[in-house]
Amino acid sequence: MFKIMKKEYLANNIWLMDIEAPRVAKSCQPGQFVIVKMNEKGERIPLTVCDYDREKGTVTIVFQTVGASTQEMAEYEEGESFMDFVGPLGCPSELIGMPLEDLKKESILFVCGGVGTAPVYPQVKWMKEHGIAVDVIIGARTKDILILEEPMRKVAENLYIATDDGSYGFKGNGCDQINELVKNQGKKYTRVVAIGPMIMMKFVAMLTKELQIPTIVSMNPIMVDGTGMCGACRLQVGDEIKFACVDGPEFDGHLVDFDQAMLRQRMYKTEEGRAVLRRQEGDTHHGGCGNCNG
Amino acid sequence: MEVDVLKRVPVREQDPKVRAANFEEVCLGYDKEEAMAEASRCLKCKNPQCVKGCPVNIDIPGFIKEVEAGDIEAAYHVIGKYSALPAVCGRVCPQESQCEAKCVRGIKGDAVSIGKLERFVADTAREEGIQPAPAATQNGKKVAVIGSGPAGLTCAGDLAKLGYDVTIFEALHKAGGVLSYGIPEFRLPKTKVVDQEVENVKALGVKIETNVVIGKANTIDELLNEEGFDAVFIGSGAGLPRFMGIPGENANGVFSANEYLTRSNLMKAFDDNYDTPIVAGKKVAVVGGGNVAMDAARTALRLGAEVHIVYRRSEQELPARVEEVHHAKEEGIIFDLLTNPTQIFTDDDGNVTGMECIRMELGEPDESGRRRPVEKAGSEFTLDVDTVIMSLGTSPNPLISSTTEGLAVNKRKCIVAEEENGQTSKAKVYAGGDAVTGAATVILAMGAGKAAAKGIHEFLSK
Repeated sequence: MFKIMKKEYLANNIWLMDIEAPRVAKSCQPGQFVIVKMNEKGERIPLTVCDYDREKGTVTIVFQTVGASTQEMAEYEEGESFMDFVGPLGCPSELIGMPLEDLKKESILFVCGGVGTAPVYPQVKWMKEHGIAVDVIIGARTKDILILEEPMRKVAENLYIATDDGSYGFKGNGCDQINELVKNQGKKYTRVVAIGPMIMMKFVAMLTKELQIPTIVSMNPIMVDGTGMCGACRLQVGDEIKFACVDGPEFDGHLVDFDQAMLRQRMYKTEEGRAVLRRQEGDTHHGGCGNCNG
Repeated sequence: MEVDVLKRVPVREQDPKVRAANFEEVCLGYDKEEAMAEASRCLKCKNPQCVKGCPVNIDIPGFIKEVEAGDIEAAYHVIGKYSALPAVCGRVCPQESQCEAKCVRGIKGDAVSIGKLERFVADTAREEGIQPAPAATQNGKKVAVIGSGPAGLTCAGDLAKLGYDVTIFEALHKAGGVLSYGIPEFRLPKTKVVDQEVENVKALGVKIETNVVIGKANTIDELLNEEGFDAVFIGSGAGLPRFMGIPGENANGVFSANEYLTRSNLMKAFDDNYDTPIVAGKKVAVVGGGNVAMDAARTALRLGAEVHIVYRRSEQELPARVEEVHHAKEEGIIFDLLTNPTQIFTDDDGNVTGMECIRMELGEPDESGRRRPVEKAGSEFTLDVDTVIMSLGTSPNPLISSTTEGLAVNKRKCIVAEEENGQTSKAKVYAGGDAVTGAATVILAMGAGKAAAKGIHEFLSK
């Protein structure tokens, strides 16, 4: 059993939990993910690692309650336990595998949206700990649903907030903010890391292709075992079929077939689930973010 | 009960029409009277050929003699010397090509029904609470076993019986490997048979840690150098599914047999009390002709679909067990033989709307000795299906080989290990089962687990 050591409400139905899982905490790296199964009859839910404390033996997960399973997950309280918690799965972020001296020559921009802000945080924190200054854009529909702004501000060199309705920070989406930084302010980036709803990653990748900036995205498709066994998470990446669980979850954003990935995301979506989403997110819900089962 | 020495005592089965709509076990097994009658057909050969046909060399006439005498507990302990999983083997071993193929009784008449007798013994032992006894003394040496499938359970059980302190690490949340996620309930009941066999291995003193992915959470070197294990056995199976590489294969409604079966067997999607979703499909094509294809087809049938097996060679070349093909046909699976898919059609939402196939004919024998299927030009047609399950075999998972320095793999990514003792290219590391051979059978994996246990024991006794 894996005990919930801390539970915190962030915003917009997004919850943060610290889970006691010493084996995972000892070995996980930014970019990897875990699978949570709440109880005997639950689904296996993949979630990206959002932080870890090797001393305490805890791993932080962040999830948004949309489907029935994540809603049930949010009802678990501190001190209760999940039956299964397995990881780390997938490959660590490509960036942290690079030699530090090479990394220091890079100028990196992280772009995150929605619950995707959470997996960006450990990467930015890792950069800060290794003396690498990076810029971060957090995009959100409106001010109230921003998450992790304060922790991110502590580890980012420059933090840019972009809201669709202009209620906070820059008015516009993540792509508009990239354009502002690169085209208007003349910032030069050698690499972009985009993590968030699939539609956001698709448009960021389209823009950065035009701007000729290599771009990494983190995919979170439907999966069962997370160890390469089921093939449910297969993606078209360039000419190849890749399994997100063992080959990823991070891929070259300029090669991923996002349209196909978004169709596959909808495989098990029910009418009921769609109704829940429409109610919660109105016409801004695009579906297929991978983190909300939408 | 009267016995015709030339004919085996028939085994009771669920009626095909009834079982096509449920997940209960197909074969109901012998009762004691039937088992004793069947046992009396054994010639108790002085030089038993059947034992040579068994990958773990069970003393078959020895246990059958006890069944004939009605002492089932004694029979169980005879089998227990050789096999940790008799209830599993009695159900899923291809006896017709192993022990029963060599049975002298089978030269004139039916071979003795060795598999059904083994199953009867194991089931009776379970019902009567008979368990294997743990080793009398511990030798203080620690062995780690990676994977709790047939190879791992066998290796762990054998080492525990010799007094080793054994821990199995399992990546999934449940022990059993392919016995849990792959083989369906109606062929191998989970709670009654698999869980019980796992309990029996634990009764020998083996510890099982689930949710640990070796190669990710810990490496083999960490187990040896930091966690104090004296040797490691890798029985991680051949888990990666293959696809055909035809257009439309990433459509919604195309699954690997692994995914389909895992959702149904491990995640219990067929049971409404579980949260797992599964696409049952109205018309399903299963591509492939092995045992896994039959399992996927019969699962889809039970979930309410019309099911076609699409296989590029003829019935004669079907790699599945004859019994499985027979059961599948009885239940109403449609066999589209000498047929090969060429592309999958989809609608605007990416859902499968049909599969284009081409008719095949058999040409000259290929390197496998089977006649090579050749396309018949212009014979394309569309099979009207909404779900396609690809059952084309699997390849070994690279999670361990890619994170273990000094562990040699061959060009098929299989771990290289000695057949007689499981020794790999890396000191203290042994391997066996599908991780070494590529996808094979439960009993061959058990044989390899057994050989490696012997190899590890010899190495650690030096």
